[in-house]
Amino acid sequence: MINFAYTRASDIGDAVRQIAADPAAKFIAGGTNLIDLMKENVTRPSRVIDITHLPLNRIEETENGGLRIGALVPNSDLAYHPQIAARYPLLASALLAGASAQLRNMASTGGNLLQRTRCLYFYDTATPCNKREPGSGCSAIGGINRMHAILGTSEHCIATHPSDMCVALAALAAQVLATGTNGERGIPFADFHRLPGDAPHIDTNLRADEIITAIELPRKGFANHYTYLKIRDRLSYAFALVSVAAGLELEGDTIKEARLALGGVAHKPWRNRDAEARLAGAPATRESFQHAAEIVLREARGFGHNDFKIELARRAVVRALTQAARGTPQSQADKRIA
Amino acid sequence: MAQRSAAARKRPEKIPTPAKMAITLHVNGVERKLSVAPWTTLLDALRLYLDLTGTKKGCDHGQCGACTVLLDGRRINSCMTLAIMKDGARVTTIEGLAQGNALHPLQQAFMDHDALQCGYCTPGQICSAAGLIAEGRARTADEIRELMSGNICRCGAYPKILAAIEQVMFGKSAQKAGEAGR
Repeated sequence: MINFAYTRASDIGDAVRQIAADPAAKFIAGGTNLIDLMKENVTRPSRVIDITHLPLNRIEETENGGLRIGALVPNSDLAYHPQIAARYPLLASALLAGASAQLRNMASTGGNLLQRTRCLYFYDTATPCNKREPGSGCSAIGGINRMHAILGTSEHCIATHPSDMCVALAALAAQVLATGTNGERGIPFADFHRLPGDAPHIDTNLRADEIITAIELPRKGFANHYTYLKIRDRLSYAFALVSVAAGLELEGDTIKEARLALGGVAHKPWRNRDAEARLAGAPATRESFQHAAEIVLREARGFGHNDFKIELARRAVVRALTQAARGTPQSQADKRIA
Repeated sequence: MAQRSAAARKRPEKIPTPAKMAITLHVNGVERKLSVAPWTTLLDALRLYLDLTGTKKGCDHGQCGACTVLLDGRRINSCMTLAIMKDGARVTTIEGLAQGNALHPLQQAFMDHDALQCGYCTPGQICSAAGLIAEGRARTADEIRELMSGNICRCGAYPKILAAIEQVMFGKSAQKAGEAGR
């Protein structure tokens, strides 16, 4: 691994002061992605600032009936928290679809948002990569791109965001709370991650002097009609080829409100509000779901090896909405797709 | 690009080597004081400085689970953990599971079922299974398989590993658990 210095942050103000004073430093919490990136020589911080002693590990009610999740709550604690399991099972299911039990015990909620792509070229420092070395080119375009994006790509980058948890948070319209030199602000989840555009080296809109302190969930959890359907190359412990987070509110057989977000297909969790609007007021039928899937994939584009993802995503959207409507969410233990 | 690469190569020389830091770990019930660099992983600290070589380095990237230990009672990948961040923590490794000459029930069950071939993944499998049982989330064979998926066995001893864990969790006899594993 590369050499780096180590300091601890004593409180949130201290963390902000330390990161503002040293732009080459990185915060570390679970470390499950950062340590790997440092071993691979992809990320080279001058020092790591240990934030694990900050008081950010609580899950509490918000004034408007939602939940505030501290940035340091481990993924496993979040997935099994009684309030999350009961009110936001979509989030619990997405968490349990990701990584392994060991990694979920280590990984923090805030850090999950800041995971970097698992694009093999990003990790391979012998190859050009605009995300790792701006201006060097994209090796995935015209290269091995089976795992890569089909939506929101640019000529500079076709990497995907690796998180499962974030797909659920996008569907649930969560908010990210961050504190920086100028105080605290809330960032709507849809505005947190970025598309690659011409600056794929910038993954998020978090400012250089900001630290994520919490995630806020709104009151509505779609607990009766939801699913997280993850399609991957092996049944467990693999990144998504395509995943779908779906939440429905039904009145009889009519959809009152719909939420739909995809993972494994874009540089950010891909929520499509046009498709959600098309579903609202429609009958909960296969035809409605197919319409929604067409809207989501309308502008999809493959790059050769990943062409299959377009049809796979279309079918996964229909299947996920069917699971949600029937109230038969995908089990994350028994992998048969209901 | 050649220029950038040259600059990138030079960069580490400008960073002064950070000092080592003294930490205390409670390893298998024994207080151990050691001095570690910021980049020393818990796995390397256990193997290189404390001579606890039961914990294995497989992939060193958090993908195989051979390095699994219990940290404050929870299973983690020690290769993806900086030792310097765990000052004061309790660590249990494969060497700390037996009580004197009495094997831990999981160790005995792995022997009863021949739940290994080469054995390299076994310390991680057993520590992970100990964590799994302590978590209390798995109730069925499917759930055990899913929640043990962070431990890879290149020899493919999975059915026997499952049978060994079932023996300890559900008190199945070796023969019966073996049948369920098939």
